[in-house]
Amino acid sequence: MDAFSGLALGFSHALTITNLGWALLGCFLGTAIGVLPGIGPALTIALLLPITFQVSATGAFILFCGVFYGAMYGGSTTSILLNTPGESGSIITALEGAKMAKNGRAGPALVTAAVGSFIAGTIGTLGISFLGPIVVELALKLGPAEYFSLMVLCFVTVSAVLGGSALRGLTSLGLGLVIGLIGIDLQTGQPRLTFGIPELLDGVDVVLVAVALFAVGETLHLAWRHVEGRQELREVGKLMMSKEDWKRSFWPWMRGAALGFPFGVMPAGGTEMPTMLSYYAERKLVKKEHLHEFGTTGAIEGVAGPEAANNAAAAGILVPMLTLGLPTSATAAIMLSAFQSYGIQPGPMLFTTQADLVWTLIASLYVANIMLVVLNLPLVGLWARILKIPTPQLYAGILVFATIGTYGISNSVVDLMLLYGIGIIAMFMRRFDFPTAPVVIGMILGPMAEQAMRQALTISQGDWTTFVTRPVSLCILLLALLGLVGPRLWALASRRRVST
Amino acid sequence: MAPQASGRQGLSWQAAGPDLFVGLFVLALGLLCLWQAYAIPVTPLYAQVGPKFMPTLVGGLVVVVGAGLTLKALRGGWSHELEEMQDAPATNWRALGLLGAGLVVNLVLIDTLGFVFAATAQFVLVAAAFGSRRPLRDLGIGLAVTLGAYLAFDKLLGVNIGAGILEGIL
Repeated sequence: MDAFSGLALGFSHALTITNLGWALLGCFLGTAIGVLPGIGPALTIALLLPITFQVSATGAFILFCGVFYGAMYGGSTTSILLNTPGESGSIITALEGAKMAKNGRAGPALVTAAVGSFIAGTIGTLGISFLGPIVVELALKLGPAEYFSLMVLCFVTVSAVLGGSALRGLTSLGLGLVIGLIGIDLQTGQPRLTFGIPELLDGVDVVLVAVALFAVGETLHLAWRHVEGRQELREVGKLMMSKEDWKRSFWPWMRGAALGFPFGVMPAGGTEMPTMLSYYAERKLVKKEHLHEFGTTGAIEGVAGPEAANNAAAAGILVPMLTLGLPTSATAAIMLSAFQSYGIQPGPMLFTTQADLVWTLIASLYVANIMLVVLNLPLVGLWARILKIPTPQLYAGILVFATIGTYGISNSVVDLMLLYGIGIIAMFMRRFDFPTAPVVIGMILGPMAEQAMRQALTISQGDWTTFVTRPVSLCILLLALLGLVGPRLWALASRRRVST
Repeated sequence: MAPQASGRQGLSWQAAGPDLFVGLFVLALGLLCLWQAYAIPVTPLYAQVGPKFMPTLVGGLVVVVGAGLTLKALRGGWSHELEEMQDAPATNWRALGLLGAGLVVNLVLIDTLGFVFAATAQFVLVAAAFGSRRPLRDLGIGLAVTLGAYLAFDKLLGVNIGAGILEGIL
């Protein structure tokens, strides 16, 4: 199905009252939760997973996508008004946004973030609609060997290429892979890494791990260094952008979107890199008379660009998730497990077997984007009020929902112990600067990679060279190798150049 | 803050000590995984790749990165260079203790007293951990939040989140 007939089909489903309702609920929940400091879309969707028992797949995914896009909008509000970014993608927004707010320009910062998110989100969604079918065409030609190599590439990029240290990224990935192995081996029925505990035979639930990492670990880490005192919340002020603000924001929006989307599509995961690049690009390209605003009074370009890049990258992440079944961010990994809980396996076949679902979902992304820009600017006062929830009650509440999310899975105290155990590990991970997203991705993708590897070896009758004799597979593996050792060789070479 | 010339060696050890524990912990995790992989009985079932292969590979990876981290810690560690650690406040034992108590109380009570009471007790303790000084008000808020959540999840979504005394009456 081509993009136009697909979208026509999608909109005919998405514009029904029920589905519009799910989108609205998702946007509202997503923004509210994105605004709360410390919790992001991955945790929200994980906690909402129980609705998959009651709601149709279409409804649930429209809700999740609303949450996904909404959380991004909400995150920028927190970054600007409170200077505490809720998720990694809005760290850069906080740099200039918080400074603008400090100088009484919170209004224009919020508007440029919202409009930029809308424009970039729309561009990104257009990208999904037209790029998706093309990627599917290509993906249908891939065999299990290529899939395995793609997953290896994915592992390398999410753990070793991004982030502060390849060693620590790979450690997080390894932890995720170990957790993913726990349970019964699907092919032979052997229990693995269960230590004789019957509760572990079914494996560890992804919700449990997400809640442990993002809620329990985060809360414990905050308590560890807790200092009494209140954070300063900036006034919203007038939500207006001057003509000059519009002029100064336009090209940063465009550049941010153009930069963000490809980064999201590539299995390079994450929104940190494009937002950072956009920030540096805008600082380089800014007119001389505004350069002094960077880092002092706050430059609007430094909010517009990264915020657009953030949203476009987030949209881009949905392309490999829907077309290849490869999650490259924690949120995408949780969405993938939601697909699995409906018995749907995302991948190239999704566009043919579940065309209705996929196109309704894509159409809902457009709807969600419009809803968010219409809803959020007038409601910014309400969102700012959410920020006034005092820390003690906020974190106490988050832990209540963490209990629900975990205990609700199987009513087992063993699960709760596991939750707290992994939560304590997550606290130390925060303290020693280990990234958390690779844990979730490794846990979801690990079993899939093992399955692809076994299939590939069954087809090749046990011949291991299948991964390097098939040209596409070889190319992908070489890319992965380059990603792993490239930066190190580069550093070594430049060090040698300096020393001689 | 410049380190004193004489305390240089001592300082680097003090800073890298925690990192060494992290490295050894990861190393131990990898060895545990390898041991468990070894313990998986081999089935006579035909398979190109048995159930042991992946755990061995993953265990190997974790051992390698664990060894890498240990080496890095022995060379002076990494965490003391983190921006966040530069001016980090001291460990807040009171907050951690109260929070830990909250988690344990939940764990112990949820099977017997049910979700609402267990989670409310946890709510009060966690709020106290983060500096709330009005436990009675927190008790009220906690009861309202947990009851609302219980009704929404149990009655609306059909997710059983722990039945107890109060839940039996509702």
